[in-house]
Amino acid sequence: MTRLDQYSESERAHLLGLPCPEFDTAPFAAAPELDMLRVAVISTAGLHTKGDRPFDMGASDYRLIPSETPAGDLVMSHISTNFDRTGFQMDLNTVFPLDRLNELAGKGFIGSVAAYHYSFMGATEPEKMEGTARDLAKIMKKDRVSAVLLVPV
Amino acid sequence: MGGLAHYIEDEGIPTTQISLIREHTEKIKPPRALWVSFDLGRPLGSPNDAEFQLSVLEHALSLFKAPSGPVLEDFPHDAPDTVDQPVSVACPVSFRPASETQSSTQRLSEQFLSEAGQMRTWYDISLNTRNRTTMGISGMSPQDTADFINRFIDARSRTELMDDPNLSDRLRLACEDIKAYYLEAVRAQPGQPTDSKSLADWFWGETVAARVINAARKICMDADSEKMKILGKLLLVPRNQMHRFNK
Repeated sequence: MTRLDQYSESERAHLLGLPCPEFDTAPFAAAPELDMLRVAVISTAGLHTKGDRPFDMGASDYRLIPSETPAGDLVMSHISTNFDRTGFQMDLNTVFPLDRLNELAGKGFIGSVAAYHYSFMGATEPEKMEGTARDLAKIMKKDRVSAVLLVPV
Repeated sequence: MGGLAHYIEDEGIPTTQISLIREHTEKIKPPRALWVSFDLGRPLGSPNDAEFQLSVLEHALSLFKAPSGPVLEDFPHDAPDTVDQPVSVACPVSFRPASETQSSTQRLSEQFLSEAGQMRTWYDISLNTRNRTTMGISGMSPQDTADFINRFIDARSRTELMDDPNLSDRLRLACEDIKAYYLEAVRAQPGQPTDSKSLADWFWGETVAARVINAARKICMDADSEKMKILGKLLLVPRNQMHRFNK
């Protein structure tokens, strides 16, 4: 479990010592009603389709994951070895819940699922991803995305 | 993760997120976050538990109803397959007796190839049953991946590899692929556990493959290249498994 009090002292100290960006602003965009949302997923698990470029140290770019991508076409090249990959190996939805999102759209909990989803590689400092993330937001608007689900790893 | 939320929300698209380390999210203050108590690497909780995953998603998406933020809520359930104590993974592998003329590296390499070969049947069963493998980021077959790592840990064959400017990347991807190969294979065996700790303890504590990756780690630590040093120091063996190799 990711309850820090259950980690070893050294591991807890390491995780607590990781740098976190702090922001002076607190943006908060109004969201449509849930059943009107068109949702895109952004993962930081370093996911990509087989044949696409693996992530490297310091990568601040993203890989595109079309909504219809079969689970068997996705692999993970995140540089960190300090998190579990067996959940992903057993079931893509453990890290990238596209099937579940489609089910929620099917029963009307959300409006629809976007045509494209994205993965960054979360070991890179977020500040280095700012330009790419802002550009990506503009692309998502053209895909009529009205809400983003961010999923870490 | 929370940083990305700030940037995207600032561009006008509302975001919600899953948080795995609450203390980080408290500092970053993304607009909407649902903290979950799950393992790092399992943000939706448990594999193959659609009902539980749906519950996590519904909670995270329901944060869009909040009139103002930042919002940080706690998901009220632990993952169903969480274990307090890891379960033993039984996966016996037999080796040929070592020849007295072999070096310790040669014996290790030979045992690795033998072990990887014995995993192949289970890996194929996994692949055929699930029609999916997460192995493949190195672009090599299981056999070629094992051969490549063996060539790296042997001083004589390593010299042929050292001219490759992408060697550190290739080695990292090969080690990830071998782990995926072993873990998918062992999971195909009947009655094996699904929790992350039992499977990690088996791989790092019981397999020759882990000893080979550790041998590669030590070589990387002594390399001249800064990238190789980082690979050895941080990216091959998990911090919480290093105690096995520091004896």
